[in-house]
Amino acid sequence: MIDLLTSIFVITLRAGTSLTYATVGEIYTERSGILNLGLEGMMLMGAVTSFATSYYTHNLALSLLAAILVGAILAATHAFLTVTMRANQVVSGLSITLFGSGLASFLGERLGPASNNYNLVGMTGSRFSPIVIPGLSQIPVLGAMFEQDILTYALYLLVPLAWFYLYKTRNGLNLRAVGESPQTADAMGIDVVKTRYLYTILGGMLVSLGGAHLSLAYAPGWAENITGGRGWIVIALVIFAMWDPARAPLGAILFGGINAIQFRLQAGGTDIPASYLNMAPYLATILVLIATTWWENLSHRVGAPAALGLAYMREEK
Amino acid sequence: MSLAESSRRIQKLEMRGIVKTFPGVLANDHVNIEVHAGEVLALLGENGAGKSTLMKVLYGLYRPDAGEILINDQQVQIASPSDAIALGIGMVHQHFMLVPTLTVVENVVLGLPSSRGMFLDLDVAAARITDLSKKYGLRVDPWAYVWQLSVGEQQRVEILKVLYRGADLLILDEPTAVLTPQEVDELFPTLRDMTQMGHSIIFITHKMREVMAISHRVTVLRNGRSVATVATQDHTPRELAQMMVGRELLEQYDKTPREPGKVALQVENLSALDEKGLPALRGISFEVRRGEILGVAGVSGNGQRQLADAIAGLHPVTGGRILIAGQDVTHKLPSQIIRAGLGYIPEDRLHTGSIPAFSITENVILKDNDRPPLAKGPFLDFAEIERYSQRLVQEFDVKTPDLETPVRTLSGGNIQKLILAREISREPVVLIAAQPTRGLDIGATEYVHQRLLEQRDAGRAILLISEELDEIFKIADRVAVIYEGQIMDILPIAEATPEKLGLLMAGVAASPVGA
Repeated sequence: MIDLLTSIFVITLRAGTSLTYATVGEIYTERSGILNLGLEGMMLMGAVTSFATSYYTHNLALSLLAAILVGAILAATHAFLTVTMRANQVVSGLSITLFGSGLASFLGERLGPASNNYNLVGMTGSRFSPIVIPGLSQIPVLGAMFEQDILTYALYLLVPLAWFYLYKTRNGLNLRAVGESPQTADAMGIDVVKTRYLYTILGGMLVSLGGAHLSLAYAPGWAENITGGRGWIVIALVIFAMWDPARAPLGAILFGGINAIQFRLQAGGTDIPASYLNMAPYLATILVLIATTWWENLSHRVGAPAALGLAYMREEK
Repeated sequence: MSLAESSRRIQKLEMRGIVKTFPGVLANDHVNIEVHAGEVLALLGENGAGKSTLMKVLYGLYRPDAGEILINDQQVQIASPSDAIALGIGMVHQHFMLVPTLTVVENVVLGLPSSRGMFLDLDVAAARITDLSKKYGLRVDPWAYVWQLSVGEQQRVEILKVLYRGADLLILDEPTAVLTPQEVDELFPTLRDMTQMGHSIIFITHKMREVMAISHRVTVLRNGRSVATVATQDHTPRELAQMMVGRELLEQYDKTPREPGKVALQVENLSALDEKGLPALRGISFEVRRGEILGVAGVSGNGQRQLADAIAGLHPVTGGRILIAGQDVTHKLPSQIIRAGLGYIPEDRLHTGSIPAFSITENVILKDNDRPPLAKGPFLDFAEIERYSQRLVQEFDVKTPDLETPVRTLSGGNIQKLILAREISREPVVLIAAQPTRGLDIGATEYVHQRLLEQRDAGRAILLISEELDEIFKIADRVAVIYEGQIMDILPIAEATPEKLGLLMAGVAASPVGA
């Protein structure tokens, strides 16, 4: 039984890793007041570019760099449209998702080797394999935390750091102020435009890394629509985390867990039709949103940055 | 001159020939001002005279089209608030620039370097805030969250924020607009202390009483131009008011004493919650008779908005009853309440009172487009509608190019006249006027007041909700004071004084309760 739990937890963390990267990234973006609905497209682009790089170079560092770069470019586009051009953030985000998804599947069919009809599907590149830490991994259940790949281990540092930066540093304070009240931040001499660009791009990099984890570690490999809607789930996870990076893993573990259990059940053979099992994470998204909103109302606490989704213009008259 | 005074970086600040245009508006037209260390300069002008624009130019929020700024006779460039702060200029905005979800100390250090590099040094900052609080008599808890503070306390945080940044010159944009009379009395000595310590203060206002009480000199702005700069003591409030408006003013309205008639609006033990689910109205009771104006005085945010909206059926009621002309309208739909005889001039005239993108005509018929003479069965009678709208625009002197103009493009005063026209012409039994003159200039204010008095004389029951005590004294027959969702007391206007009302507005009961 313990072994079963441990193995489920191993898969849970593995499945939750990409979600955590993307959730932390989107929390930072939204904290600056920018809503990025382009996550799905950015994760897909991160997944395809990092996998292609890994396939050709077998250099994992370079693969991650490729994902970071692509994420930065897409996020910078979103920032340009929404901060500089003051375009509607929802529309801009959705276009980036449409663009990113389309381009990712196009690249997936063009970047592969001639022998495979230029298709990347079915190819293998270098991958992040789990590194089992002797001793620690023997702990019942929690030992699962020490049977992970480097990207998951990096989260053990990144998440506390993201929390500390947001709440304990000047830059973090400035970021929170920009998302809550850009007028105030501006009057206090904080560069609203710069802040919004910076954290939208930083967020995009993390989101894209989340995509890279799917194709370099979780799957690993490239498949059409490899994210399976994770970009959308992350939007709900940000709300579930109430915009606090320290809570980002909770939602990711919840959804990773649902994935893991669903996986187990399908592998072990069950009477529940596969479509129902596949539906579970998305159904859970709806339930979590209802629960979070209900709890927010109950505790009179609103987590969303007050200026989320609103363009800021100084010379308004 | 003491050491403190001579060490101030700003001994003299001048703005010369400032021009600032917005699309279609010349907000500042070659404005000149000058302010010296240790002095309060009042910037006096009506709404839209260009006071705030001028100060936003000085604070680096707006870029002027022409003109120069000099500090101690040296020309300076102020391209952003951080430039202004670096030069020793601080601004307390009319709408507070505070982040409610942050603590006082976090708000104060926002955008400043920390003694610990990239890490926050909130404990050090809190100690400095406490020192400044003592030095200037500005009490506030550095660790409180801003959303927990009263408006007066929030203003203290704003001033502390500016002092913390080492400001020598403070710009105060209508600082008393949100305060109770008592809080104003606390603010003024603080300002005097500051000038003693060599600070200079620019005090934006349109209230004569404050100009007289606090300023050394006055610069009067009218239509974007600086029309006069004078020493305050050489002029009477009346003279200054006329400079501000540019014409003779009515001293008082003809308010004939009138015996009120039957009770038209009864509110019994009314309770309601606010948007956060906290009590906004806690057992409110009063009645308004035909032919009288009941003023509701109080500091902003004490339940006034919920009271007006609850009567109009726009805010859920959790307890109590509302009767219009004897008919119970509690929990009724807004349309049923309108039928029962309610006219409503809401506080937010551009969103609740009108549909900004709709034309004048469309806005005028909002409430009656479902019945004759404006409607013929399911169809609108456009000829009749145009006649009706034309008549109202003329009768109420709404200045507009034509009837198809979107309401959005009208001035505040003209939008208010239009809403008055719509509500009054429906001949309601009860008329609620919430902050009816907020943001209007003196001319439009006079117009609204006279129309309301006229309606009173025509036998309507009027509930006037206002944060301007002057307004209540001018036109109300009785005054109810609201504090934290309760009516503290109801007085005939002849028995009310600003002091009495001020205490009630601050929650101090008139009759001593308990020991």
